[in-house]
Amino acid sequence: MSKVKNIIICGTGGQGILMASEVLCSAAWRSGFDVKKSEVHGMAQRGGSVSSHVRFGDKVNSVLVEKGAADVVLSLEKMEGLRWAGYLSPEGKLITCDLTIEPMTVNTGSAVYPDVEKIIEETAIPNLMIPVMDIAKELGNLRVMNIILLGAASKHLPEISEKRWFEAIEERVPPKALEVNLEAFKRGKEL
Amino acid sequence: MRKKLNEVNSGKLFLSGNEAIARGAWESGVHFSSSYPGTPSTEIMETIGAEYPEIDAQWAPNEKVGMEVIAGASFGGARVLSTMKHVGLNVAADPFFTLSYIGATGGIVIVSADDPGVHSSQNEQDNRLMGRAAKVVILEPSDSQEAKDFTSIAYEISEMFDTPVLLRVTTRICHSKSIVEVGPRKEVQVKGYTKDIAKRVPIPSNARKMHSRVVARLKALEEWGYDSPLNRIEMADKSLGIITSGISYQYVKEVHPEVSVLKLGMTNPLPWRLIKEFIDQVDKVVFVEEGEPYLEERIRSYFLIDGIGSELMSVEGELNPELVRKGIKDGENLAITFDEIALPGRPPTLCAGCPHRGAFHTLSKMKASSTGDIGCYTLGLMPPYNALETVVCMGAAIGVLAGIEKAVGREKMPKLVSAIGESTFVHSGITGLIDMVYNGNTGTVMIMDNSLTAMTGGQENPTTGKNLRGEPAPALDLEKLVLACGVKHVKTVDPHDLPLMKRTFQEEFDREELSVIITKRPCIMQYKPKRKTVAVHDPDKCVHCKLCVKLGCPAISWDAEKKIPVISEILCWPNCNLCVQVCPKDALSKDLEGVV
Repeated sequence: MSKVKNIIICGTGGQGILMASEVLCSAAWRSGFDVKKSEVHGMAQRGGSVSSHVRFGDKVNSVLVEKGAADVVLSLEKMEGLRWAGYLSPEGKLITCDLTIEPMTVNTGSAVYPDVEKIIEETAIPNLMIPVMDIAKELGNLRVMNIILLGAASKHLPEISEKRWFEAIEERVPPKALEVNLEAFKRGKEL
Repeated sequence: MRKKLNEVNSGKLFLSGNEAIARGAWESGVHFSSSYPGTPSTEIMETIGAEYPEIDAQWAPNEKVGMEVIAGASFGGARVLSTMKHVGLNVAADPFFTLSYIGATGGIVIVSADDPGVHSSQNEQDNRLMGRAAKVVILEPSDSQEAKDFTSIAYEISEMFDTPVLLRVTTRICHSKSIVEVGPRKEVQVKGYTKDIAKRVPIPSNARKMHSRVVARLKALEEWGYDSPLNRIEMADKSLGIITSGISYQYVKEVHPEVSVLKLGMTNPLPWRLIKEFIDQVDKVVFVEEGEPYLEERIRSYFLIDGIGSELMSVEGELNPELVRKGIKDGENLAITFDEIALPGRPPTLCAGCPHRGAFHTLSKMKASSTGDIGCYTLGLMPPYNALETVVCMGAAIGVLAGIEKAVGREKMPKLVSAIGESTFVHSGITGLIDMVYNGNTGTVMIMDNSLTAMTGGQENPTTGKNLRGEPAPALDLEKLVLACGVKHVKTVDPHDLPLMKRTFQEEFDREELSVIITKRPCIMQYKPKRKTVAVHDPDKCVHCKLCVKLGCPAISWDAEKKIPVISEILCWPNCNLCVQVCPKDALSKDLEGVV
């Protein structure tokens, strides 16, 4: 029986995390795997930290990824990526957007936004930092950041073919936005 | 176009627990459903509304009304469903307990969605204790497939044993998705209403007989549970036997697949004979359950056996694989490669453009504050506002204000108002207001009308002019309602008109009579502006006063080096100009061009 893949997608409320995890689950399911995912709705979605746990393999029991077991942590906001880095397995990788969204604790002066790049360097977390805003602006659509991130993740999830990813994206985005989303996925994959 | 799910009669779907419960209700031929939204239960009704038109589904003003309406529909012979969050069952407890005595003509399933870990609630009560106290059947599914299947079995049990069934789920069932094999809808006839006073009027002489029937019913169900598909023994290594239910079962299978397991799908009444068979075969028993040590206490005291569980894991918070791995066998968790890094918290905030911001900003500026209630506006407690000081339960903002006034006198707290949303006011704030009128209170109640039940993701309610399916419905007139309660001073204001807000609060603080302020502006989830505009900052005009930052808008951060605000073009909400209003030097304006 093959090992279950563990992925955490994180960021802040409203960034498209739940949509990204839907696409990932659909692509994994289309590839013939058992899939489970878990997330939290409600108050957290009002700009708080949001995460989605995705697990796929021959047979999945727990809906939650265990600490120390994540193959990839995908983050749409760079500090949130650090928050979940402790879940990475020794071979795991943090793939994060370079986007900064300051939490209210920082805005109101009760906390300081950390130097994420420096912490990553010091702790030697294997990582890929994506200049997501630049790519999204080049593509002319700020809403495709989550798909760029999935594209970057796809290299670490060889069990899922590009065809399945494209089908999953097509299922989730409106027809007129399909082309830009597929392009976003490819750009992510090139990173 | 994707097919509606009522056109899918076979195959597999990837469903959340909530979507699976909706599916299970539909496949079981459910006719009618009435509920009040509440995380983590809300999507059950939303799914029914969007996908399953065969079920007549409606939002109730509160859980108690929802429960009463399904009770009536069951009396009429319909199969019925009511869903709620755990604390919603407290509101509905009165009909719930007596409905247990009356029983089910048409099948009754009540979903209690508990929230261990308190992701979006005010407590983490375990409603298996409520179900047991009400002497109803409790079922606990462990994934989406079981959420669907158990819902169907629940209707069979309900009609076979003349009992309501409590389907108890938790956040990680409701909001997790897994693959579900689905089937077609089984049409069931509405039986129709038959007069039966002895069955439905629990005056003492009837109620005593009803209670006898309930006790006998539980006894019969105990035996039924012995070979029911809901409960099963998975025998493996006999040195350790785990007794578990719900999501906890999945964590056990994940981290300790080698141990023997008794999986209980029905946790009230407990199938004692099956449990005895299991504990007789294993050397040691450990209980793994989320929430209260419900199984542990009942089973240990019934058989007078040793067994552990709650002390190894916790009665607080959510269970997870780490706790189970470490808890069961004094095991070691997986090695952690990267230590946790101390980071600033990211608490939830009012959205950019949120209508509540104008009200809380004004209260805060006036050094005023509020008694609070359940909804997005609870976030008025957060910095920079710090303008909401109490929360008890749905509707309590008004009663609590009244009580503070009775204890210390209005003159000591002239600037304390009630902050309650329009949906919460209709849910259970109205009676608090009637109490204030009746008992001579003089404070100010602020009804924050954003035309939506927002915190739960945006549902219609009796004030919005639409029903659950988005069709037109009569809209409750809050001003007239408040006047009818006997309040003499009612005013409706736009919370984003800051000078008006300040004037209005001051007038009401000075007034020595009870008053109501309705702040009316739609939630940003209510509409999509046609044009994307963002606030633009002119650093040459800026005097670095930070007044804009003090609005607590997530779209405005502070560049400490340049000492200027930075506006996020992603987050800035077009139809909001609060920052433009608070800037004393016109350094902020709305750029009509914007981006994207």
